[in-house]
Amino acid sequence: MRRSRAESDASQAKLSRRAALLGGVQLLFMGGLAARMNYLQVDQADQYLLLAEENRINIRLIPPTRGEIFDRNGVQLAQNVPSYRIVMVREEVGDVEEVMHRLAKVLRLDPEARDRAIAEVKAAERFLPVTVADNVSWDDLSRVSVNAPALPGVSPEVGLTRVYPRGSDFAHIVGRVGRVSQSDLDAQEIPDAVLRIPRFQIGRINVEAREEGLLRGVAGTKQVEVNATGRVMRELSRREGQSGADIQLTIDSKLQNYVQARLGNESAAVVIIDCENGDLVANASSPSYDPNLFIGGISSADYNPMLESKYRPLVNKTVQGTYPPGSTYKMVVAMAALEEGIIGPDETVYCPGHLEVGGRKFHCWKRAGHGWVDLENSLKQSCDVYYYDLALKVGIEKISEIAKRFGLGIRHDLPLSSVAAGLAPTKEWKATTRGADWVIGDTVNASIGQGFTLSSPLQLAVMTARMATNRMVTPRLIKSIDGIEQPSGGGEPLGMNENNLRKIRKGMHVVVNDRRGTGYRSRIIAEGMRMAGKTGTSQVRNITTAERARGVSRNEDLPWERRDHALFVAFAPSDKPRYAVSVLVEHGGGGSTAAAPIARDVLLQALYDGEPPLDAYPTADRGRIAAQQKELRDVQPQATIKGKDQA
Amino acid sequence: MSYLEYTVKHVPTGLRKILHLNWPLTILLIAVSCVGFLMLYSVAGGTFTPWAEPQMKRFALGLSLMIAVGMVPIWMWRNLAGVAYLGTVVLLIGVELFGSVGMGAQRWIELGSFRLQPSELMKITLVMMLAAYYDWLPAKRTSRPIWVFIPIVMILVPTALVLKQPDLGTALLLMFAGGGLMFLAGVHWAYFAVVITAGIGLVTAVFQSRGTPWQLLKDYQFRRIDTFIDPSTDPLGAGYHITQSKIALGSGGWTGRGFMQGTQSRLNFLPEKHTDFIFTTLAEEFGFIGGFSLLGLYALIIIFCIAAAVINKDRFSSLLTLGIALNFFLFFAVNMSMVMGMAPVVGVPLPLVSYGGSAMLVLLLAFGLVQSAHVHRPR
Repeated sequence: MRRSRAESDASQAKLSRRAALLGGVQLLFMGGLAARMNYLQVDQADQYLLLAEENRINIRLIPPTRGEIFDRNGVQLAQNVPSYRIVMVREEVGDVEEVMHRLAKVLRLDPEARDRAIAEVKAAERFLPVTVADNVSWDDLSRVSVNAPALPGVSPEVGLTRVYPRGSDFAHIVGRVGRVSQSDLDAQEIPDAVLRIPRFQIGRINVEAREEGLLRGVAGTKQVEVNATGRVMRELSRREGQSGADIQLTIDSKLQNYVQARLGNESAAVVIIDCENGDLVANASSPSYDPNLFIGGISSADYNPMLESKYRPLVNKTVQGTYPPGSTYKMVVAMAALEEGIIGPDETVYCPGHLEVGGRKFHCWKRAGHGWVDLENSLKQSCDVYYYDLALKVGIEKISEIAKRFGLGIRHDLPLSSVAAGLAPTKEWKATTRGADWVIGDTVNASIGQGFTLSSPLQLAVMTARMATNRMVTPRLIKSIDGIEQPSGGGEPLGMNENNLRKIRKGMHVVVNDRRGTGYRSRIIAEGMRMAGKTGTSQVRNITTAERARGVSRNEDLPWERRDHALFVAFAPSDKPRYAVSVLVEHGGGGSTAAAPIARDVLLQALYDGEPPLDAYPTADRGRIAAQQKELRDVQPQATIKGKDQA
Repeated sequence: MSYLEYTVKHVPTGLRKILHLNWPLTILLIAVSCVGFLMLYSVAGGTFTPWAEPQMKRFALGLSLMIAVGMVPIWMWRNLAGVAYLGTVVLLIGVELFGSVGMGAQRWIELGSFRLQPSELMKITLVMMLAAYYDWLPAKRTSRPIWVFIPIVMILVPTALVLKQPDLGTALLLMFAGGGLMFLAGVHWAYFAVVITAGIGLVTAVFQSRGTPWQLLKDYQFRRIDTFIDPSTDPLGAGYHITQSKIALGSGGWTGRGFMQGTQSRLNFLPEKHTDFIFTTLAEEFGFIGGFSLLGLYALIIIFCIAAAVINKDRFSSLLTLGIALNFFLFFAVNMSMVMGMAPVVGVPLPLVSYGGSAMLVLLLAFGLVQSAHVHRPR
């Protein structure tokens, strides 16, 4: 088919025109693309750059190292020790089952644990490490490392876990840590992000819990680059956190160990306070428990006996337990009367063995009566009638006021859990809480530390220290934080009349050192170490008329739960007070027999800073004491670990 | 003018043809491919495997093929146009019957280790067929209805087959390329006005069909359109591709974040980073300057093709060259629009840069035809 040249040229020209047109459209579109590129990459660059950074950067927390806890001499009470675990990363393992079988052989895992680990690894993200064995021993860890070529994707990891090297002796002081629970998170409006770190531990009770803010520290952060699936590619930057503060307690661990050993399995409490600065050098509650059992979660086989035991090992009896102070309260009543000028120290009261008040007979513990007694004798022989008489003259309000000045019925600020306030009752208290009027019999009961009156062993120790020094001795448990000494609890002058207090101290001196004193059998004979104290026996029952008729009033005849509590408060040396102590033996019977010997032993231990020489004891006791010392040496942990660096 | 009307005395013969290749165009193609190798090296995290090295080998093969095709006289190719067209249609039907299913669509035939995507080949053979048709058709008849109807059928048959796979992107490209060729051949304006109006009607129909039994697109295609209109509705699901791709582009800024420093692509935030979304890696790492330069290279390729077509007095050669240039333009225009959030994610690779064997081979084959047209142009 031939075409004319003109026709060809025309169609060729049309083609060129349209080609130019289409080309123009194409170039225009490319211009549009360039404009869009410019818009995204130049105009909006900042915004998109930010989005890209958000995409790739992830902030991870580095858990802070928890502060450690030491005794006053630097003995470690709570420490962080490395704990090893074995982790597995699925994508590096290859055949999970095969490798896990090999690993189980190396670690001697039982088949059940092994299969659980296999399931966990398979369920996790490919790149996330999964813990397949926890709390692995160093030996097992070494075996895993040696076998590393056969165990691809398996690696050991180190974490820190809390350990209490002194075990049960410090459970009631240092306390313990535990896992973070949902209620911990709910308790705070904005919980510290660190709490969400898996396996993070926080203080549960006592110093660990009350000083959580100091011990926890501040979490560090690291910026890591992650890919679209969240896997960490590399670390970009790291801001180190701050370790928690180290806390040094006022407790002398050697003394604390001794006291706990001395109490043995008795349900008892001992507080020893330094009269000069209020330092609690020992704070023992017995029986105790091993806080280490709680760290990985306690088994019910371990926990239930603790809950059910009638000796209540979980209760810190020194601050949580409150008891009628019994005759140890008599010094308070006496001071109230002396300060009011109602009686002079040499004024006497006749004790016929009972006092009739409002038609009711209140007996003295000594039925025959003490005859004429003055202040010193009333303390020495613990005459009840003398104090009935005093209390009726002084009135309950004044007694309560003086009690509070001595540190009773008020809550002392200590970093321990559930510190009890006790009770120094007043008329108003009874009206508001009991809705009843104060009756005269209540005052009579209060005068010998019975009835509504309640004190904790800690409060009694504080009372004794204040009596011994006439200063506002305030208990202190934390000696220093990160090496910074905390304010001393030596206290301001108490503002009591020193002459009156001297009479009280004299009375307490003769309680122990006079042949007719209730505490004579527990005296110290070393010169300059003499002890002054006061026995107390607090009734936990009312002796029924029937019982009285049957003559069942001897403690030994009663079941344990109904026996009297034995109390003893003391300070030594009596002429230059250094330590004050309070001893409580639950249902121990008489204060003079159950509590006073403990007070003597622990005071001597404190004064001699170790085992006292036998010649501090009366000659007759030495044989028995020597045997006891030998026995205690065997049960006490030897305080060989000294100092932070050697721990 | 047609080859029937001039002597071929002045056409170079033998190896001398190599000297008469369209060298500027060849160099531009090599340059664009090198950009591709660089980006594939980067997205692989600085290694030649698994993408850059095979891509380079295939490019070498493709380049040899292009030159070989360029040596064959253009009239031979014109004579083969009909056979090629029919053969490809048969292959498309073959895919429908025996093809492998990949990415939710039937697209290729396994030929040993080589995967043939007939829809890729179709883009070229359709252009060849139409160019040959308009070369044969007297200019006077171009706009007569019967002679307009025939090329429309030629376009719609493969388009329907591709749509059936279903591959909406390629189907649209076939329609655009075919329509463009008819426009270049001089079909009257009015036809295009009618088609555009009808097209708008069809789009409306497609949307109306949604949720009805005669639904014209698969659900995933509808979803892609939805998220194209508003990607923010589903940033982790369907809109993820577009959002992440825009972030990558935007974070590149003016000069980019540096070679191999693109966090979006290196950290796998980008989907299909080595294939359809490779442009985002380039734009992230080399910024606006990098992206604009690539666009410039593409523009030069188009300009050189148009220039070659205009100086070529052979109608088949001109139409073929323009048609292939238009195809090439559609490739990168759709791909770039897609990654910049201006078009739906339809799965069109960036020509010569994206990783992928058959697309690159077919493209170089097509440029071989352009070379042949250039070498054997009437002088």
